[in-house]
Amino acid sequence: MLYGKNGRKDDLVVRGARVLDPVEGVDAVLDVRVDKGVIAGIGEGLDANGHRVVEGAGLVLAPAFVDPHVHLRVPGGEDEETIASGTEAAAAGGYCAILAMPNTDPVVDSAAVLGSLIEDAKTQAQVPVGFLAAITRGQDGAELTEMAELADQGAAGFTDDGRPVVAPALMRRALQYHGITRRRLALHCEEPTLSKGGQMHEGAVSAELGFTGYPSVAESLMVERDLSLAAYEEAPLHLLHLSARESVDALRAAQAKGVQATAEVTPHHLCLTDDAVRSLDSNVKMNPPLRSADDRAALVKGLRDGTIGSVATDHAPHARHEKEVPFEAAPFGVTGLETAFGALYTHLVDPGLIPLETLLERMSAGPARAYGLEPPRVAVGAQANLVLLDTEAAWRVEEKGFRSRSANSWLLGQTLRGQVRLTVAAGKVVHG
Amino acid sequence: MGEIHVMREGYLPPKQPPRRHLISIGDLEREDVERLLATAKSFSRSLEREVKKLPTLRGRTVVNVFYESSTRTSSSFELAAKRLSADTMSIKAAGSSVDKGESLKDTALTLGAYDPDVIVIRHPQIGAPELVARYTDAHVVNAGDGKHQHPTQALLDLYTIQDELGRIEGVHVAIVGDVLHSRVARSNVQALALMGAKVTLVGPPPLIPRGIEAMGCEVSHEIGAIADADVVYVLRMQRERMAEGANYVPSLREYTERWGVTPERVRPGQKVMHPGPMNRGVEIDPRVADASEALIEAQVRAGLVVRMAVLYDLLTTGPVPVEAAEPLEVA
Repeated sequence: MLYGKNGRKDDLVVRGARVLDPVEGVDAVLDVRVDKGVIAGIGEGLDANGHRVVEGAGLVLAPAFVDPHVHLRVPGGEDEETIASGTEAAAAGGYCAILAMPNTDPVVDSAAVLGSLIEDAKTQAQVPVGFLAAITRGQDGAELTEMAELADQGAAGFTDDGRPVVAPALMRRALQYHGITRRRLALHCEEPTLSKGGQMHEGAVSAELGFTGYPSVAESLMVERDLSLAAYEEAPLHLLHLSARESVDALRAAQAKGVQATAEVTPHHLCLTDDAVRSLDSNVKMNPPLRSADDRAALVKGLRDGTIGSVATDHAPHARHEKEVPFEAAPFGVTGLETAFGALYTHLVDPGLIPLETLLERMSAGPARAYGLEPPRVAVGAQANLVLLDTEAAWRVEEKGFRSRSANSWLLGQTLRGQVRLTVAAGKVVHG
Repeated sequence: MGEIHVMREGYLPPKQPPRRHLISIGDLEREDVERLLATAKSFSRSLEREVKKLPTLRGRTVVNVFYESSTRTSSSFELAAKRLSADTMSIKAAGSSVDKGESLKDTALTLGAYDPDVIVIRHPQIGAPELVARYTDAHVVNAGDGKHQHPTQALLDLYTIQDELGRIEGVHVAIVGDVLHSRVARSNVQALALMGAKVTLVGPPPLIPRGIEAMGCEVSHEIGAIADADVVYVLRMQRERMAEGANYVPSLREYTERWGVTPERVRPGQKVMHPGPMNRGVEIDPRVADASEALIEAQVRAGLVVRMAVLYDLLTTGPVPVEAAEPLEVA
């Protein structure tokens, strides 16, 4: 389900880093040796065997990150991102695997389109990529795609991300088809008549600024509907980019009743509130919108207690001229691959809102499990998928530093604490 | 500054550096508003003279860019600039490069190349004035951006209230009607709250934005709530902003029946204001609009002197750093 450039497998020793793998239960200062792309030794005073040695003192070595929600913009949006540029950005952000969304032009709704993306990934992807296919043809919400064939072709899951599956009966059919495909359905929950024209969260800030509101209930109503359908069909689902307290509450209640539901949350929803929209900066315009401080608190709590198991960047590159317009005219979406760890370390870990171990788990094993992928591990015999993190380093987010083709980041000009020093993906050093 | 300053009668030039732009009432402190109203008052006296033109802004250039139709605002900005001897240029979206798909950024860069001192902009989208401020060196005055702000309207309304009632602090203003779509309402709530007036918003629930009480006003859905007010401020029903089938109100007939401002609902001595253009017979009964308590023409007159004061204030105290927008790289 993941496709990337095959090629060299690297030899490497990371010496004296704090090895932190919350899933394996490792937290100690150790050396880690990688032989031909496989973790061959973990211990003290390991022999370098002539490998490249990376000094890890004062740094954290952890399982590399998995981003379950990236817009690579291919086919059709190559001015904004490509497989090559998007996976270079992922490598710089500490990711060893990413999942790409199918809302492209054309939509990834046929085996032919999916097949050609997979072929491209095999020659261009620095970091392995999984491609989700659409639930409905053209993401029009009318007819199911040929899900079984798409699954056979290698689809990593199914989603109409960017749009909801409006009709409940069609949503039900898609859930039924999970029995055949065994691939996760990932749902963008938005009731379109309630969110129509919405530019930002409906609340005191939208009332003051005059923007048409996109109320929380537009999301939570669909979350509740989809959880009801999943319970009825006993099929698993994954909820994309949750933003509202009511959604988290509904998810927690459904999980307690045994519904197999996973969910993700973005760095921007974890770090910002609708107050940021007062800047009228088009780089804080996203769907779902930034919500209230209370919603943000519920998202952080949900991530901490595991109700929300994944951090997803929803990396959504946009051309510069598309965002250099008044807020109301700008498209939704912000980039995130290269800034996710720094943003979350700075805004959640440093202030004590969430432990580092929890963040690392939610950025790696959590999203891998949600899609049935092998979680990256720091364990002897495992393929090397590693990230070396400097939690002391402060760095300024600047446009010229981005590997992504787009720079529509809400963090431009900000100084972050926490930087990725080295990324190893599928046994290969891809960054650092 | 001293040599171009021609005001007499004890008027003192502003001591505080004024804001570089006027984009939102939120850009202003109470003392800024007081200074602007005082300046406007002194201009109103100068306009009583036979020769109404002042040389104050001779050699300055004011560009008016209107992306939305306007009678009152565009004409009063133009006249205000002319009364102060500034050179003016007016651009309307229709018939300009906007018709050819030029972006607002490029229009701003083009106009900025002429080094205008002030750009007055009206635009249907929230945030357009900030964008122009980011890409030009001109002082930017917001003449209405979408549903966001219309700061000079609020200032002229404050001026009118002060002129008629002798004060603003403690005055109770009921704003009636389509608050949801109204930049006038937003600027007025902010401005009135800043000056210590009491504001009650009155209208049908779908037309009162959720959470607006946080701006410092009260909300009522009953027209009876206007009874206590000193001023009844009637908003236009913005039919053009109401999408087909949005069902903000079931019908204009029902709206008028329950929330229309009629002679029966106005108490003697209550002042009535309206930002125009009016829908007579919808939100305001023609008998109310034409009654002596109506301040609607006074508002228009105030618009001229208040806009003169805004232009004067922006241009006569020297440059101050841009506060409104982060500098961005321009490719």
